[in-house]
Amino acid sequence: MYAQMVKTDAPRIKSRSEMDPRERAFQERIDAGQKIEPKEWMPEGYRRTLIRQISQHAHSEIVGQLPEGNWITRAPTLERKAILLAKVQDEAGHGLYLYCAAETLGVSRDALYDQLHSGKAKYSSIFNYPTLTWADIGAIGWLVDGAAIMNQVPLQRCSYGPYARAMVRICKEESFHQRQGYDILMKMVKGTTAQKAMVQDALDRWWWPSLMMFGPSDDASVHSAQSMAWKIKQNSNDELRQKFVDQTVPQAEYLGLTVPDPDLTWNEEKGGYDFGEPDWNEFFEVIAGNGPCNAERLGARRQAWDDGAWFRDGLTAHAEKATARRARSVAAE
Amino acid sequence: MSSEWPLWEVFIRGQHGLNHRHVGSLHAPDAEMAINNARDVYVRRNEGVSIWVVRSIDIAASSPSEKGPLFEPSNAKVYRHPTFFDIPDEVGHM
Ligand SMILES: [Fe+2]
Ligand SMILES: [Fe+2]
Ligand SMILES: [Fe+2]
Repeated sequence: MYAQMVKTDAPRIKSRSEMDPRERAFQERIDAGQKIEPKEWMPEGYRRTLIRQISQHAHSEIVGQLPEGNWITRAPTLERKAILLAKVQDEAGHGLYLYCAAETLGVSRDALYDQLHSGKAKYSSIFNYPTLTWADIGAIGWLVDGAAIMNQVPLQRCSYGPYARAMVRICKEESFHQRQGYDILMKMVKGTTAQKAMVQDALDRWWWPSLMMFGPSDDASVHSAQSMAWKIKQNSNDELRQKFVDQTVPQAEYLGLTVPDPDLTWNEEKGGYDFGEPDWNEFFEVIAGNGPCNAERLGARRQAWDDGAWFRDGLTAHAEKATARRARSVAAE
Repeated sequence: MSSEWPLWEVFIRGQHGLNHRHVGSLHAPDAEMAINNARDVYVRRNEGVSIWVVRSIDIAASSPSEKGPLFEPSNAKVYRHPTFFDIPDEVGHM
């Protein structure tokens, strides 16, 4: 997802009897559905896992602005441009809500940025694919934000208060993102043959990377089991992927598009679709930094940060001067 | 290497007549910029009519271990709630 394959430091899950009294009390609070708040005691593994998960999520929102930002100046109408601008600005906001949630766990913002810029921290694999045509902007809103919603809605119930509250704000805004994307595609499929072909091409390129957003099957993963016990993950990757496919295929049909999966068939018995396996080698390559746009995305982030340094410093200097001036004038009174 | 801007807590009054409510935090060099940034980060959809920003380090907070001394005394004073007193129906609304 926006946070894919988050590690928990857990070699295996502790049983109740292996937990010390504090850990046991903590787990009982989580089981009872209580929220954990910043200053409360928490196991070190819980804290570190959350920092990894929330910051990965934040980095994804921030880097996620780049593929769409690529089309702001080229949007087909002024209205589409204003809509896309608002959508991308929301993503910046999402990143900021999440960074501040991560900071409540005792990590600094600069340390988080540094982890992103140095390549140490991960962000979602999906943002390492290029946006070649305007139809890609529609496909991102529909599929990428659609997949993000699948994952973010249950996270509103996550056990860590600041993360859960950030998710509530984010979820309120996501529906606009998905609908504006689908709206772009609805317009285009009613257009010329060339425009319709562009939409099909966008679906062909974004379908599999969207399914990969949920990450490989984690039914056997200790990390996922630990995250679920801590209620910072609620559903398995396969469960969410299935829900996404079931929801999205009829939407593709409505647009008159063909989902690029020869194995896709309705399974009456399970009341859902059977579908093919994404190319996990490709996924691991993208995660390892070898996707089509990894270098470009990180390069753009680094450049924005470095080029903004003089501006950040200038504002800091101005604020310090103003404080000193106020102190002088108070002293003179 | 430049230093990090200070952290500010943001409070929004959602509507006239309501209290300001904590919505999150952000980094900014000074109060004026903190309010400007709060506008872009926290009220993109008409969420409020007024913004407060406070430097995070200026907030004093109780710690979870103080829960007992802070909140237990009121538990013992049930007579502070009107339902503690039985007033006969004949008396009417009180
Ligand atoms: Fe987002
Ligand atoms: Fe997004
Ligand atoms: Fe979004």
